[in-house]
Amino acid sequence: MDPLEIARWQFGITTVYHFLMVPLTIGLGLVVAVMQTAWHRTGKDEYLRMTKFWGKLFLINFIMGVATGIVQEFQFGMAWSEYSRFVGDVFGAPLAMEALLAFFVESTFLGLWIFGWGRLPKRIHLATIWCASLATILSAYFILVANSWMQHPVGTEIVNGRAVMTDAWAVFTNNTALVTFPHTIFGAFAVAGGFLLGISWYHLHKRRAAGIDAVDANGKVVVGTDAKLGKNRDKVDYQVWIKSLRIGAVVALISFIGVAFTGHAQAQLMFEQQPMKMAAAEAACHDGTGFSVLSIGNLSSPSATTCGDVVAVWELPGLLSFLANNDFTTEIKGVNTLVPEYQAKYGTHLPDNPIYGDRAGSEINYVPVMAVTYWGFRLMITLGGLSAAAAAVALWLTRKGTVPANKWISRLALFGMLAPFGANSAGWIFTEMGRQPFVVAPNPTFEGIDQVFMFTAAAVSPGVSAGEMLFSLITLTLVYAVLLVVEVVLLTRFIRGGVGAAMPELTEHPGDEHKKDDDVLSFAY
Amino acid sequence: MDFLPTLWFILIAVLWIGYLFLEGFDLGVGMLMKTFAKDDKQRRVLLNTVGPVWDGNEVWLLTAGGATFAAFPYWYASLFSALYVPLVLVLVALIFRAVAFEYRGKAHTRLARNLWDWAICLGSFVAAFGIGAMLALSTTGLPLNANGDRVGGAFAWFNMYAVLGGIGVVAFCLIHALSFLTLKTDGEIRVRSRKLLARWLPVALLPLAAWAVAVVLLNSSWIAVAPLALAVAALVFAWISALKHREGFAFVGLGLFLVAGVATIFMAAYPNVLPSTIDAAYNLTVSNASSTPYTLKLMSIVAAFGIPMVLAYQAWSYWVFRKRITEAHIPEAHVVTSIV
Ligand code: HDD
Ligand code: HEM
Ligand code: HEM
Repeated sequence: MDPLEIARWQFGITTVYHFLMVPLTIGLGLVVAVMQTAWHRTGKDEYLRMTKFWGKLFLINFIMGVATGIVQEFQFGMAWSEYSRFVGDVFGAPLAMEALLAFFVESTFLGLWIFGWGRLPKRIHLATIWCASLATILSAYFILVANSWMQHPVGTEIVNGRAVMTDAWAVFTNNTALVTFPHTIFGAFAVAGGFLLGISWYHLHKRRAAGIDAVDANGKVVVGTDAKLGKNRDKVDYQVWIKSLRIGAVVALISFIGVAFTGHAQAQLMFEQQPMKMAAAEAACHDGTGFSVLSIGNLSSPSATTCGDVVAVWELPGLLSFLANNDFTTEIKGVNTLVPEYQAKYGTHLPDNPIYGDRAGSEINYVPVMAVTYWGFRLMITLGGLSAAAAAVALWLTRKGTVPANKWISRLALFGMLAPFGANSAGWIFTEMGRQPFVVAPNPTFEGIDQVFMFTAAAVSPGVSAGEMLFSLITLTLVYAVLLVVEVVLLTRFIRGGVGAAMPELTEHPGDEHKKDDDVLSFAY
Repeated sequence: MDFLPTLWFILIAVLWIGYLFLEGFDLGVGMLMKTFAKDDKQRRVLLNTVGPVWDGNEVWLLTAGGATFAAFPYWYASLFSALYVPLVLVLVALIFRAVAFEYRGKAHTRLARNLWDWAICLGSFVAAFGIGAMLALSTTGLPLNANGDRVGGAFAWFNMYAVLGGIGVVAFCLIHALSFLTLKTDGEIRVRSRKLLARWLPVALLPLAAWAVAVVLLNSSWIAVAPLALAVAALVFAWISALKHREGFAFVGLGLFLVAGVATIFMAAYPNVLPSTIDAAYNLTVSNASSTPYTLKLMSIVAAFGIPMVLAYQAWSYWVFRKRITEAHIPEAHVVTSIV
């Protein structure tokens, strides 16, 4: 067995998993902060309830982000020690800053927010959720600086065989980071928007199915009440769902426009910085200008010699050039042109160095697995586009105040909620696998070769055996699988429970919602 | 002497002290969940004494790890890859512990609640033991080759120092947690913690002190005897305070013991950050394991700004939640039911 393959699987699985929680934390955190601000400004009960309900789901998710993030922080040293030695001087800095400047704020202020209800002055309590949610965005910036440096290593020289930082400003204003950051943040808001939309849809649909809300002859909503909940509460709850739904749909739509523009900017940089990734994203063996909508052939392990049998059966002419270079005529280099260029610059065979293990001296395949890059790229765009379309349709369908009673549309809403998660995972898998065989991709815009690059084959820990890697891969995968079930069960229970689940005071003392016994904690684990 | 690497060696010692001091009591409280608390109410009292702060405490660990990566990449790489298997267990423990803190109160059945309690208890124990073992091995040495990689198989790190460090940190966390509970709770829990604290304090601190002595002897570093003497004095002070029921002083005494104890260990180990038990020529030291002066300077500026900020708002958070918690403060458990 090959420790490198296992380590890659482990990194992929644990990071994609971490990034299921991350976008929801980033997106929902800010949305909750805005909701609480609305409550603070207007004093309207529905905003308080929105804050509490979405805040509860936010917390259930947040903690999983924390738990899985710890693994990420340690994993570089554990499984990728050669990588850590090579890049530590540059790469460690943003990681340490993320912990010191962002994670501390996130965790401390979130503790204050959770337990501070009724204890902190309202204004200060509001400030705590803003601090926590802005810190999640700050943490995203730092980690994306680290990641972008792997895609485009700037501000760095090689000294005694390791990458050494020479220009911190260049590292922290890396153009790759500056476009990746907004793209990822918009992607996170797409997730949050879909989440609000899907869950609110579910509740409004339930109300219609149960005969609580109805529509009049003009299709306008007639809000009813459920005797069990009490008149007042039920009317306010209706407001919670319809407002959340419309906020969610707007957030999702804006986010999609955001990812499209920033994605376009990323594609332009990629064309310049990682031409092979661009070619692999298109499964383009030959130079061309068209964006392939469907390509067939052997995409799984292409190299310069086997690339020939991939053919694009349906192409949009000129679009690829536009994506990469804002015109319709620039020829985008295909794999067959790029492979000899890469070989000339970075060699045809791995050096005979013991850090490559069994791979020392073997031939380098510069072509990433096209099946993954090609479909990953398309999946990202398609799932994002579908959920944006769903958001637009949802806005239209709910313009008169409630959702249609149709069961199938409501199932679709669930799909719309999951699609952005899929788009995010697809985006990362494409970005990271498209960088192979490099873990630190060379930066071709320098004059000649600047030597700041690293093959993934050299990055893995030489001292760790395949057995140890396998042990951790299996252990972590099992733990994550169990926790995924737990999280989904809990989320589902709290989603079904509605506002009352997040606000026990509404169900237990329906009469005096805001009166609190001074001696009892307003919130306790 | 290399000034910047030495400064960062000290800063990393400070981060570990911060971590052990803060997460020390919440790891200890976690372990006490199943052993000390008598019923569900008491468990919830324990949990809520650390509820608002445990996550912030844990970030000290992440920062210690991140700072080691940034300032001493070779130390980070060699230590973490050498201790691969035990660190996987520590990670699993930390994962379950974190999730259990948040999810325990949301459990529907007694069985589920019980399982989460065990997750907190065992998670805290394994994390404390593993981190203690890791720090002990980092100060006493691992079988590393010239490249800094462990030789001798997945368990080559295992020796008596690992056990000593593990027990040392676990015992410290337990006693620190009892001391913390005397300050944060009232009623029966407070009385019992006070008693246990006075009885067990000196015994519980011995393994950590023994580890410090071992590092001093291994390195014949006589200058480190000074902080060691301070640690012993702090131990005596803490014990006397505990016997006299001076709860605040006992807590301060424990804190001083930790500061002086960890200072002894790091001082005695200096300039090694991670010795090799195979050949002293392979030792990782502050000078051969560190980042470049440029990076260290950048990180120093960030730390000079960041660490005081963290201390300020974390102190404020402890101030906000300074009230003692008793069983009367714990609201009834809330059962979530599905509504339309
Ligand atoms: C674009 C955003 C992003 C990306 C790419 C990553 N993370 Fe993350 N991470 C976050 C955004 C985030 C966050 C939003 O800040 C989280 C998610 C949930 C949370 O609690 O904070 C978080 C949590 C989180 C934590 C726990 C923090 C705490 O205790 O509060 C750690 C240690 C890491 N992450 C480390 C990493 C590492 C080493 C990554 C690289 C492989 C990584 N994350 C990828
Ligand atoms: C959170 C979003 C991320 C996701 C979903 C993600 C996904 C992946 C995947 C799927 C791989 C495996 C690629 C392969 O083996 O072909 C990988 C590899 C890797 N990624 Fe990422 N990644 C993310 C963020 C990051 C960040 C922020 C960093 C650095 C700070 C990073 C560093 C690495 C490293 C070191 C590897 C291992 C080498 C390799 O196999 O390429 N990743 N990632
Ligand atoms: C028109 C739509 C889109 C375009 C043109 C686009 C373009 C791109 C490109 C070119 C990359 C690769 C960057 C690189 O490797 O250098 C990328 C990555 C990524 N995309 Fe998209 N994207 C689009 C939609 C989306 C949507 C809808 C989402 C999620 C909701 C998303 C999430 C991501 C993520 C998470 C990454 C990986 C991180 C990164 O490199 O930014 N993208 N996208």
